Amino acid sequence: MSANGKDLIIRLDKVCMAYGGHQVLFDVSLEVGKREFLTILGPSGCGKTTILRLIGGFETPTAGEIYFEGQPFSSVPPYKRPINTVFQKYSLFSHLNVFENIAFGLRIRKQPEGVIKEKVSRMLELVNLKGFEKRSVHSLSGGQQQRVAIARALVNEPKVLLLDEPLGALDLYLRKEMQLELKNMQTSLGITFIYVTHDQEEALTMSDTVVVMNQGRILQKGTPEEIYNEPKNVFISKFIGESNIFEGVMPQDGEVVFCGKKFPCVDRGFSRDEPVYVLIRPEDVQTVEPQSGLLKGKVQSVVFKGVHYEMIVRENGHQWMIHSTKSLKVGEEIGLYFTPEDIHVMKRNGVAP
Amino acid sequence: MKTVASRETRNLLQYPYLLWSSLFIVVPLVLVLWYSFTTPTPTGRYEFSISNYRRFFEPVYLRVMSRSILLAFEATLICLALGYPAAMIMVRLGSKWRNTLLLLLVLPMWINFLLRTYSWMVLLGRQGVLNQLLQWMGLPPQSILYSRGAVLIGMVYNFLPFMILPLYTSLSKIGKEQIEAAEDLGANRFDVFRRVIFPLSLPGILTGTTMVFMPAVSTFVISALLGGGQDMLIGNLIEQQFLSTGDWHFGSALSILMMVIILIAMTVVSLTDKGKTFEEGNLW
Repeated sequence: MSANGKDLIIRLDKVCMAYGGHQVLFDVSLEVGKREFLTILGPSGCGKTTILRLIGGFETPTAGEIYFEGQPFSSVPPYKRPINTVFQKYSLFSHLNVFENIAFGLRIRKQPEGVIKEKVSRMLELVNLKGFEKRSVHSLSGGQQQRVAIARALVNEPKVLLLDEPLGALDLYLRKEMQLELKNMQTSLGITFIYVTHDQEEALTMSDTVVVMNQGRILQKGTPEEIYNEPKNVFISKFIGESNIFEGVMPQDGEVVFCGKKFPCVDRGFSRDEPVYVLIRPEDVQTVEPQSGLLKGKVQSVVFKGVHYEMIVRENGHQWMIHSTKSLKVGEEIGLYFTPEDIHVMKRNGVAP
Repeated sequence: MKTVASRETRNLLQYPYLLWSSLFIVVPLVLVLWYSFTTPTPTGRYEFSISNYRRFFEPVYLRVMSRSILLAFEATLICLALGYPAAMIMVRLGSKWRNTLLLLLVLPMWINFLLRTYSWMVLLGRQGVLNQLLQWMGLPPQSILYSRGAVLIGMVYNFLPFMILPLYTSLSKIGKEQIEAAEDLGANRFDVFRRVIFPLSLPGILTGTTMVFMPAVSTFVISALLGGGQDMLIGNLIEQQFLSTGDWHFGSALSILMMVIILIAMTVVSLTDKGKTFEEGNLW
């Protein structure tokens, strides 16, 4: 689901940001739709947290404007924005217990005691922390603190919830569980989530839309499937999932040459003999008998990864990574097979693989 | 090089401190206690008595005590009112200015306490700097020295750093994150102060308060020099018993009472804190 044709809630228009002469965002334009789960994905230092801080109101853009429901928003202080944040380090109030932490926003808005009680206990139920009301936040585990932080933000019924790598400090099991819980909450509450992470799997699992960033610029925006299957450049393809990338040439549309052979493909829109990069995902390569494969190779290593085996196959000076549920023997001669749909051709754009 | 002190060595190391504290704290305390519960008999011997304590409850002495407590309380309050904004400003300043201010704050403490107090006599005296300034502006000279106000000024001046430093410590520990979280949840600057900064600085307030109140309530130098001995404080009374009247028994009883009052005050303070934030910048 892209924001096109849907109600917009937030729009960034050519936003630039610099800290003391060091520019961290370059002309970032981004549209976020109502009820959308949008994830900003990128390596640390790419500017994704800065975008969140701009939307939250903790920073003012050096150029460009942020619109909230069509209205310019840059000069609105954080406490007047109908937006709440789940901070990276949770930032719970250390002098308040769990109940008071969650009730904080309601108390600021001077809600009657009865309403506060009811709303907080509904939130505690939602995040599975019933009975923790009187506990001090120091006595909670990382996962519990994280859920208090989510409850503290959600209880104010914000129109947009910003989440800054909220699962970063959790172990794998808890992280997976919280991913599902967050996704469920977002769907059932109908709130727009803007989620920042450097974990590609998290981004693909939860989001309606993924925005990939690097060095202060947005590289690609699309559904998780689009981002994974049709990455726009080598950086994205390497950042998201494992990949085999080869240098190649497009003699004409529907035809690509790499690894010394010509293959049919489905990619179009390249000029004659344009140099390109070719991406084939490890799980798309099938291993067959040497004579029935498109290419021949020799198995170099086999590593068991749980769900699948990760194998490195040497073919004519090229290395192929292959994911397969069936194991091969090291040193075995095999054939490699893939279909035209498995080949994804990317423009070079000056980015080296 | 890494040396690990064995348990025995560590045990041995504590003896000098034990010896020190028993010689200079426990023994004098026992002596003071003994003096406070005895009176000399005409035969030159000593007998057990609580008359020293009973004497304290005579109106004259009760008035001295309440005056001391009130004055110390006022000094503490003024220190808090001056120190809190100062500490907040210091926390917000860049590190260069902050360190300069911290240095300026500690600098006077390198000079002897007595000298510092004497210098206030020069400032506040009849022909002092302050009055010369007033006269230069065409205003009548004031008699500030040897008044209750002068004692208060002396207390605030001498003990203000003890208020600012713990406040500064606890305020600087409040992370930007918690303040941003509060703003995010709808708190304006006033709410942020009332609901986050102030409660989180309570340990500093409590420490600062005790560190100012304790020396203020028992001082005798400040009141002797700047108060001119007009308004006698409990500290002066004790000093008098030991140095001029020579009634060590009554003096000891006063000292013990003083200690008890301070202990009670501090217990109350630490109970208010409920023991939950004791680990940071705290005296007790």
